[in-house]
Amino acid sequence: MTAAQETGVTAPTTLDIMLWVVVPYVAIAVFVVGHIWRYRYDKFGWTTRSSQLYENRLLRLGSPLFHFGILLVALGHVGGVLIPKSWTEALGVSESAYHVVAVVLGVLAGFCTLAGAAILVYRRRTVGPVFSATTRNDKVMYVLLVGTIVLGLGTTVLGNLTDHPHDYRETVSPWFRSIFYFQPEPMLMRAAPIGFQLHALAAWALFAFWPFSRLVHVFSMPLGYLTRPYIVYRSRDTQLGSRPPRRGWERVR
Amino acid sequence: MRVMAQMAMVMNLDKCIGCHTCSVTCKQAWTNRSGVEYVWFNNVETRPGQGYPRGYEDQERWRGGWELGKRGRLRLKGGGRLRKLLTIFSNPKLPALDDYYEPWTYDYDNLISAPAQQHTPVARPISLISGEPTKITWSANWDDNLGGASENGHKDPMLKGIADKVKFEFEQTFMFYLPRICEHCLNPSCAASCPSGAIYKRSEDGIVLVDQDRCRGWRMCVSGCPYKKVYFNHRTGKAEKCTFCFPRIEVGLPTVCAETCVGRLRYIGLILYDADKVLEAASTPDETGLYEAQRQVFLDPNDPAVIREAERAGIQRDWIEAAQRSPIYSLINTYRVALPLHPEYRTMPMVWYIPPLSPVVDIVRDTGHDAEDHGNLFAAIEALRIPVEYLAQLFTAGDVEPVNAVLRRLAAMRSYMRDINLGREPQEAIAAKVGMTGEQIYDMFRLLALAKYDERYVIPPAHAEQAHGLEELATECSLDYEGGPGMGGSGPFGESSGGASPIAVENFRMLRDRQTSDTMAAPEDKGSRVNLLNWDGKGRPEGLFPPMDEPGGGDPAAEVDPKP
Repeated sequence: MTAAQETGVTAPTTLDIMLWVVVPYVAIAVFVVGHIWRYRYDKFGWTTRSSQLYENRLLRLGSPLFHFGILLVALGHVGGVLIPKSWTEALGVSESAYHVVAVVLGVLAGFCTLAGAAILVYRRRTVGPVFSATTRNDKVMYVLLVGTIVLGLGTTVLGNLTDHPHDYRETVSPWFRSIFYFQPEPMLMRAAPIGFQLHALAAWALFAFWPFSRLVHVFSMPLGYLTRPYIVYRSRDTQLGSRPPRRGWERVR
Repeated sequence: MRVMAQMAMVMNLDKCIGCHTCSVTCKQAWTNRSGVEYVWFNNVETRPGQGYPRGYEDQERWRGGWELGKRGRLRLKGGGRLRKLLTIFSNPKLPALDDYYEPWTYDYDNLISAPAQQHTPVARPISLISGEPTKITWSANWDDNLGGASENGHKDPMLKGIADKVKFEFEQTFMFYLPRICEHCLNPSCAASCPSGAIYKRSEDGIVLVDQDRCRGWRMCVSGCPYKKVYFNHRTGKAEKCTFCFPRIEVGLPTVCAETCVGRLRYIGLILYDADKVLEAASTPDETGLYEAQRQVFLDPNDPAVIREAERAGIQRDWIEAAQRSPIYSLINTYRVALPLHPEYRTMPMVWYIPPLSPVVDIVRDTGHDAEDHGNLFAAIEALRIPVEYLAQLFTAGDVEPVNAVLRRLAAMRSYMRDINLGREPQEAIAAKVGMTGEQIYDMFRLLALAKYDERYVIPPAHAEQAHGLEELATECSLDYEGGPGMGGSGPFGESSGGASPIAVENFRMLRDRQTSDTMAAPEDKGSRVNLLNWDGKGRPEGLFPPMDEPGGGDPAAEVDPKP
């Protein structure tokens, strides 16, 4: 028996379809196409836009706290959302064991992330040069990112203070996976508490905004550095001049 | 043997007068943009002094360059790949703006817009970082000409060990200038530190460049470079560094700093080297052996075996010939007067220096002795330990012998040439004392003292049978590229998003044609031009003023009665 059937409702309303089917697909489409477009159009703008040169004391504390925290959070989401409950059970991980690990690690990582973000936002607002280097785009990004983190952490903490914490692995996770095998099940999400619903919606908004923000630097995580030779040799560009030749004017190979 | 070609530079420090023309022209050419106000691809330091950024040579603090591991293997001093990735969110060894300086401009507008007042209005300094009024406390050459040396002089990291002997009292001091650009190292630690792999060494000419499209702003190169010659553009979030003016080098022109050098002290040419031996040479156990080890990496361009291998490696004939005529090879290997800057960083730098004899000469002359007599000079080089030891700290990891040898050769040239200039019989004995022949000394004199333009710069143009490409724009409109001039400044993702501008908006040949042509750009409109030089203020030459309004068309009251 699925959670959707438990609620006794069988037909999704228009609002359900909009929130839990249309919004996710639109966000994913914008996310993917946006990144491809951004990479093709704006390689030069694809950077971390580091502000370390302006200020280091707060950054040295806040930035690693935030980044390592959010990497842990991302890892936790892979474990909780992408991996089906049946798999962990097949591995012999009991429900309670999973729950304890997820809550403890999740809250820890979440608070690290939030503390780091708080330091970084404080720094951005109070350190003059950093503030003047902050674009409107950055501000929107901060609202979406911090909003999503707060909603997620709040849902986890508040949910676990009740007697029967909601098991998102019965609702949110299968709904999220259902989007990717193109058989979306909006009713699952309707069964989830409001906290999870808001967290999910905020996340979709963040994903849709992602390719147009400085967050693109996540995709240049330089793991290739571990394997490449130290010194890179490159021949002068075979392309002559700084523009690609116009169609029909390419050089003979 | 794997032959590669390297474009290299030698600077003759005796001739540097510290005029900073190279720095200024370089800045005008490359870094007069926002975000790189504090960036000096070329800077001139007064030594002894802290350099720029302050104290950059203290590698115990900055951890730049390479070091030898326990088993004698070369490793990055700042830590290996894993450590770099773990500290990527906050680089622990990045110089702060305080170590450079806070760039500023002046509130010039106040000079003309200030209301009438008792005191002369002043232009206050305004920080280019925060936009607020600031107090200037340091700059790229604040300790120019030993300014403030009595207070700050001992902060020079190179004075370790000899600090008690170097005096900063005016009468007892010595000084010289050290112009610095990127070293375009054979074993660049900036490239090795770059997580994105955006810094690369060009295989044709060895110029080290940052690919602006691949740089992601991780800032590891800034800490990795022991010379601190990679800078972070705080507006675009990308690393930038000296480019050896590659667009000029590619068409056979010297770099901007060299071209504009007033003292004509820079030499540019090719060096052929064996790429297979670089790592081994950089791993030489003894730091003082690194100078000699690097010299052994260079190949004799006249050796038939080298020529054969070079041709096999795809180096064109005219490049090999340029390497044979290279002033760099002569200064480093034939005359052996050029020394590398800080070989102990193990990056195999390729901008070398001829150490200055002038501190020695000055002292000999000031004591009333003949400063062109080789006996006096040789004795002074031996006796004046302090300048020589200091030079050795810079150029040979502290080994005074090579510096002594170079200074003796320069001193010998000075005395040998005096006899010739005074019409006396030249003394072969002077040349023999430094292991040279009189003819060699004369050739060295010709290269160092006469320094003809085409002997200083032997730069073969780039190959690529690239008529269309090097012209870049000859058949197309020069401004017609994405985000080009007139297309608006800022892209949707902030400043300078959407692709870097082409480097040469002007095409080299077009520019040359225009500069060497006899007529003005467009003679057709000559009739409508106004020559203000012979306009005496009477009459209204056509085209000088905008057309007058019809009478009654404007607001007459506004013109008649100006308000106080």
